[in-house]
Amino acid sequence: METPRERWIGRDAGPVVRPYAVTRGRTRARGPAVDLVAILVATGRTPGDRVWLSREHRMLLQMCGRPSTPADLASKADLPFRVVQILLADLREYGLIEESDQDRQSERPDPRILMRVLDELRRL
Amino acid sequence: MNFAASDTVPPRDADDDIPLHTLKVLVAGGFGVGKTTLVGTVSEVHPLRTEETLTDASVGVDDLGGVERKTTTTVAMDFGRLTFSGGVRLYLFGTPGQERFWFMWDQIAYGAIGAIVLVDTRRLTTSFASIDFFEQRQIPFIVAANRFDGARPYSVEQIRDALDVDPEVPVMLCDARDRDMARGALVALVEHALQASKV
Repeated sequence: METPRERWIGRDAGPVVRPYAVTRGRTRARGPAVDLVAILVATGRTPGDRVWLSREHRMLLQMCGRPSTPADLASKADLPFRVVQILLADLREYGLIEESDQDRQSERPDPRILMRVLDELRRL
Repeated sequence: MNFAASDTVPPRDADDDIPLHTLKVLVAGGFGVGKTTLVGTVSEVHPLRTEETLTDASVGVDDLGGVERKTTTTVAMDFGRLTFSGGVRLYLFGTPGQERFWFMWDQIAYGAIGAIVLVDTRRLTTSFASIDFFEQRQIPFIVAANRFDGARPYSVEQIRDALDVDPEVPVMLCDARDRDMARGALVALVEHALQASKV
């Protein structure tokens, strides 16, 4: 599966392809940044004929078959957070993934959820 | 504000693997203060370090000019996770405390429960910038003084005085390597955030 140009030379050396080559040099996402803990899911639409998806795009899209967060996707895909955020913003723009409804569009988390977390943390 | 008792919340989904509610906690503090250790101690997943390669453009230091400046900076971002019932997931993010990385903080801090600011009593000043950051943005935070071998023991009051934080900000002693203490810091933060949300 892996092509030679993506092979790791050594653990410390990092990937041979620089991280932002994956985003074709972009360091910022199109549109608003995808929150690292947003819950994303594939819409099931098929990419249009004019949409070009990289290997990384396709990998992330496939992972979004199950609701996932960018943080988890980055760790699974072994890509930096910002790279994943940029690629996911592309997929969102193409209509291939969407944020699942979560009542966390406010700046502060829901106190009811915090209470549940507190209960469980104390029980751990 | 009324809080629903936790036992009245019906289990949303038997499959806890699917995230339904996600929460963020920041672990902040100066360099070498134990952020990585704390995230690793609390996290159920292996302590992950995501290397973030930042270009000058994204770091925003272009105004410094200079011909010999570095073109990229690599910064490690610690990332941990705790999964609770009902699809609730708590994510911990530890990123460098230097001011030039604050553009990362702003994004991560949005919607976060708050922050655990770790301090090393031998080098309190290294955590001042983090404290300022959260104070200015009115993001709930607690201060956890990480215990280092060979460091003179200070009381919570002494640390509070030295840091000059508001009286309602919890200050506690912590050992980032100790699971219970690290978790205690999380409990203190969530409690503090709940208090703050009532005001």
